[in-house]
Amino acid sequence: MSTNTTAAAATGTREWRSRFPTVNYLNADYGIWSWLLTKDHKRIGLLYLISVSFFFAIGGAYAGAIRLELLTPMGDLMQSSTYNKVFTHHGIMMVFFFLIPAIPGVLGNFLIPLMIGAKDMAFPKINLLSWYIFMAGGLITFCALLFGGVDTGWTFYVPYSSNFSNTYVTLAGLGIFINGFSSILTGLNFIVTTHTMRAPGMTWFRLPLFVWSHYATALIMILGTPVIAITILLLALERLSHVGIFDPALGGDPVLFQHMFWFYSHPAVYIMILPSMAVISEVVATHTRKPIFGYSFVAFSSLAIAVFGFLVWGHHLFVSSQSVYAGMIFSMISFVVAIPSAVKVFNWTATMYKGSISYDTPMLYAFAFIGLFLIGGMTGLFLAALGFDIHVHDTYFVVAHFHYVMVGGTVMGYLGGLHNWWPKITGRMYPEGWARFAALVVFVGFNLTFFPQFLLGYMGMPRRYHAYPVGEPMWQVLHVMSTGGATVLGIGLLIPAVYFIWSMRYGRFAPANPWPGTGLEWRTPSPPPTENFLVTPVVTWEAYEYRPIEELQTIGPGEPDQPIDGQHPANRGTETEER
Amino acid sequence: MSTHAEAIEHGHGPEAAHEALAHHFDNLEQQREAGALGMWVFIAQEVMFFGGLFLAYLIYRMKYPTAFMAASNHLNWKIGTFNTAVLITSSLTMALAVWATQTGRSRKTQVGLMAATLLLGFIFLGVKAYEYNEKYVDGLIPIAGWFDPVGHNVHIPAGVTTGQYQMFFWLYFAMTGLHALHMIIGAGILLPIMWMAWRGRFSPEYHSPVENFGLYWHFVDIIWIFLFPLLYLLGAHFGKGH
Amino acid sequence: MQSIPIPNISLPVPFSPEQASTFAPHVDALYVYLVTLTAFFTLLISAAIIFFAVKYRRRQAAELPRPIAGSMVLELTWTIIPLMIAMTIFVWGASIFFKAYRAPQQAMEVYVVGKQWMWKFQHQTGQREINELHVPVGARVKLTMTTEDVIHSFYVPAFRIKQDVVPGRYLQTWFEATKTGKFYLFCAEYCGTNHSGMGGYIYVMDQAAYQQWLAGGTGTESAASQGQKLFQQRGCASCHQVEAGGQQGLGPTLYGIFGKQQQIEGDGAVTVDEGYIRESILNPQAKIAAGFQNIMPTFQGQVSEEQVLQLVAYIRSLAPAGQQQGGAAAGAQTTSGPTTGGVPPQQQRSNPLHPSDVRQGNPAPQAPPAGGGNTGNANRQQ
Repeated sequence: MSTNTTAAAATGTREWRSRFPTVNYLNADYGIWSWLLTKDHKRIGLLYLISVSFFFAIGGAYAGAIRLELLTPMGDLMQSSTYNKVFTHHGIMMVFFFLIPAIPGVLGNFLIPLMIGAKDMAFPKINLLSWYIFMAGGLITFCALLFGGVDTGWTFYVPYSSNFSNTYVTLAGLGIFINGFSSILTGLNFIVTTHTMRAPGMTWFRLPLFVWSHYATALIMILGTPVIAITILLLALERLSHVGIFDPALGGDPVLFQHMFWFYSHPAVYIMILPSMAVISEVVATHTRKPIFGYSFVAFSSLAIAVFGFLVWGHHLFVSSQSVYAGMIFSMISFVVAIPSAVKVFNWTATMYKGSISYDTPMLYAFAFIGLFLIGGMTGLFLAALGFDIHVHDTYFVVAHFHYVMVGGTVMGYLGGLHNWWPKITGRMYPEGWARFAALVVFVGFNLTFFPQFLLGYMGMPRRYHAYPVGEPMWQVLHVMSTGGATVLGIGLLIPAVYFIWSMRYGRFAPANPWPGTGLEWRTPSPPPTENFLVTPVVTWEAYEYRPIEELQTIGPGEPDQPIDGQHPANRGTETEER
Repeated sequence: MSTHAEAIEHGHGPEAAHEALAHHFDNLEQQREAGALGMWVFIAQEVMFFGGLFLAYLIYRMKYPTAFMAASNHLNWKIGTFNTAVLITSSLTMALAVWATQTGRSRKTQVGLMAATLLLGFIFLGVKAYEYNEKYVDGLIPIAGWFDPVGHNVHIPAGVTTGQYQMFFWLYFAMTGLHALHMIIGAGILLPIMWMAWRGRFSPEYHSPVENFGLYWHFVDIIWIFLFPLLYLLGAHFGKGH
Repeated sequence: MQSIPIPNISLPVPFSPEQASTFAPHVDALYVYLVTLTAFFTLLISAAIIFFAVKYRRRQAAELPRPIAGSMVLELTWTIIPLMIAMTIFVWGASIFFKAYRAPQQAMEVYVVGKQWMWKFQHQTGQREINELHVPVGARVKLTMTTEDVIHSFYVPAFRIKQDVVPGRYLQTWFEATKTGKFYLFCAEYCGTNHSGMGGYIYVMDQAAYQQWLAGGTGTESAASQGQKLFQQRGCASCHQVEAGGQQGLGPTLYGIFGKQQQIEGDGAVTVDEGYIRESILNPQAKIAAGFQNIMPTFQGQVSEEQVLQLVAYIRSLAPAGQQQGGAAAGAQTTSGPTTGGVPPQQQRSNPLHPSDVRQGNPAPQAPPAGGGNTGNANRQQ
């Protein structure tokens, strides 16, 4: 699959076009309304792709501002009130409008019906509605940020957020409240789709692990999101009526807010990481050409994470006046919830044993994910240890830890997934060389940005600080490293943005099954037709069951009258030469 | 659920596509099952949504038992009982409406039962509005600057602060208000369903919207069944009532 | 828990703040253990991945490896062993926590009030400081803390302690400094515009220097004595008897009440502690002592959190000599000289983030007149 001359590609295209159904979900309809009113899960996935990229860019710009400010100890770039808004906006944009919706919204929407052999989600209209709700929530929040901003931190702790902050807390809260329903409806669709829309023969244990992980994610979305919704609603009511249940003046307890907030927001971390694990399971299997080692352990570990994830919120409150015994229980369960994640890491590693490991970009991101998530997860154990947490709670150690999980985990998984399924989504290949280079830049930039923050945190630098002591030269050194790393990371993230857009027009045509993978999504043309499959697939094989490559690259197994060869003709010649 | 794949396999039969069958489902059975499961999942999230409020209630109820009992005495348990009866009756008429569509009764029966449900819902909301007004008259609206029971000759017993009193009413308004909002949304959904019933869209083969709406309505009803004793009967029982 | 010795490490750990309290070596030892574990697992997995990626790299485009389904033995191994390792971390971490959150009975007490954006300290002996706290080395210091507005968090990296302060509550933490010097104090819970400016220093001094610092502040008055004055000014004495054996007033006699069980109206009893006294001053209707009328007015908004703490100190001091608990004994002494009354002194706030306040290293303020060590002292006189 290396080089193709333009001429060969051109003839190949013509030949291919004549033999292959040329109508796909991208060109089935034209015009803006065909997109804005689409009920096709694949188009909705693309709508999500555009919108989360927008919010990611905004959140990233705020991150840049934070890193610039911290180059020097004195708060000299902006006012402290501005800085407080900047990190709040960074957190709100990234958490609620990128990390939570990114993989489920883009890849989950696009792939789940394809993977289970369905024509669409169970509720296509609700699916579209959830995107509109997402956009409404996102734009309301964005307006709140534009027209004044919020300075409470993304955690909205009372009483600061209820009685003290005079920024646009209620409006931003309204946006997040609305956005919550998008998450709930997405989760609802995933659950119902997985239960009722599976193709004949697609039993639960033949499901790709991607679907299992998204199912677990959906459970958290359904059971966790309403709690943050009611919490934000109570906060907004408290701001409007000037009294409320978190108000100490009424005998209310501000710490109750923290309990209710983290009851969602801790499981929300698993909403962010489980879909990424979903991607990694697929990528590792596909790019080692092996079934995932211990399929059922990986599948059930997702459910275990979802269940135990609901029981550990109290580890955010170790120094918030929670009782010592409550702290101990939450600490212990927090250690237990780490185990299923560890099991996944071990299983992915074991999958590589005696595999056929490719160095394609998705696999590079999977390598990065495993390494970075391992560090993120292990430092989670640091924070779960009560006595240790006292020292590093609310310091840069925590900041570094969750960025290792969120960026090292979720963003790596997201990028890996985008590369893995880009041929399927657009019907075009991305430029492999550039992509490998970008993956390397991202990996280096990421570590340079966030590793110094572990050291800063242990040295005592509290988070959300606009300025830090001038008398600590080492702190500045580490901050400068971090800012330098952020620059590299920023460039590393821009490269894919450029070549993805470029490839939509100029990329090589993608075959139906380029890697090849075993999932049903690869057994349909790239890009797929509107109702996904030319014929309803009947599944007779186990998950990740590798058969000879030629067989995998045939679309519609056992069906006559299909293009015999899923392989793009332009690539066919070189392929045989390599053999 | 796990047998569904097989069900589809065998369900490929000659069944003519029903006009209500959406393009991406294989048959009405699958569509119905998806709809019902969807509604149950939705109800699960509703439980968590109200759960946050019930949790807050529980915590402050345990923290300030005397204040909550005393404040509960300001709620009229007789009116509350009446409203409970109204709501339970509306659930009954809704259940009958589902039965009427399932068994293919006439459009008039279907629409009539739904209209009865709607009417009872509005009676409930009307009574609720009357009660809210009573609280307003007594200065019990828990907004800063409005809450002034003492100024309205409401006796606050010993051992209770006005703050704790206000906490009870804050929770009362938040919980019943959110419940009432669910009823209003329910009424808004019921209207188009009645229109569909009038047009004769529902049959023993296809009646998912009615069935799923029924689930929602019963759920809203059940929330009230919890709210009523927690808010109204608490004082009447422990504080020996009016 | 006391019987299990908690490991500690006294060597300086790279990239860590000074070890200046009894907790610090424990936390650092756990840190070293955790870093070692992380390094081990990261290297193990990375080495495995790199090894596999090289050894089993794809050599032919169409190659198909033999599938391996899994292994129950391996799965159980890498479930159970990590779980056991995790439990060692849990026990270790919990034992440090248990120690850190059990304040000792005998300790020097300091009252702390957080406020946007400063820390106010009040010694039992009357000294008051803002953003600076002077304590003797080797003494157990117990902090009773609250806040006037939002949630703050009292954080001293060198001591490895942190405790949020929550409005409407008294929360405690304690430390025993092991080293003289000047250590950062931060607010670690985001509290608004000048959050990063809400900090100062803890000055740990040797006994001689500390005594000198105490003596330097002539005209200080103990917290209890300030509380006594407030008690008279606010007319508390008209209802509450403070002498032993006197006539019961309209409110409960306060002599010797601290630490006792008090029956309350309705059912139950409460222990008279700082929190109950605070509640009774600010929210008198909440828990009325059995046998008394609900007649006490609220002092909400009329006394500051600091003044409440002074009243608490006074009520604690109302006990037969020798029965006073903990730092209350020290608090009972009154010193002579002019009084500062209840007016907070105008002090120069020291702040680690303020460039004018930069000092290299950590000069140990052995003698108070040196450097910033006495700024609080000098200004306290104003």
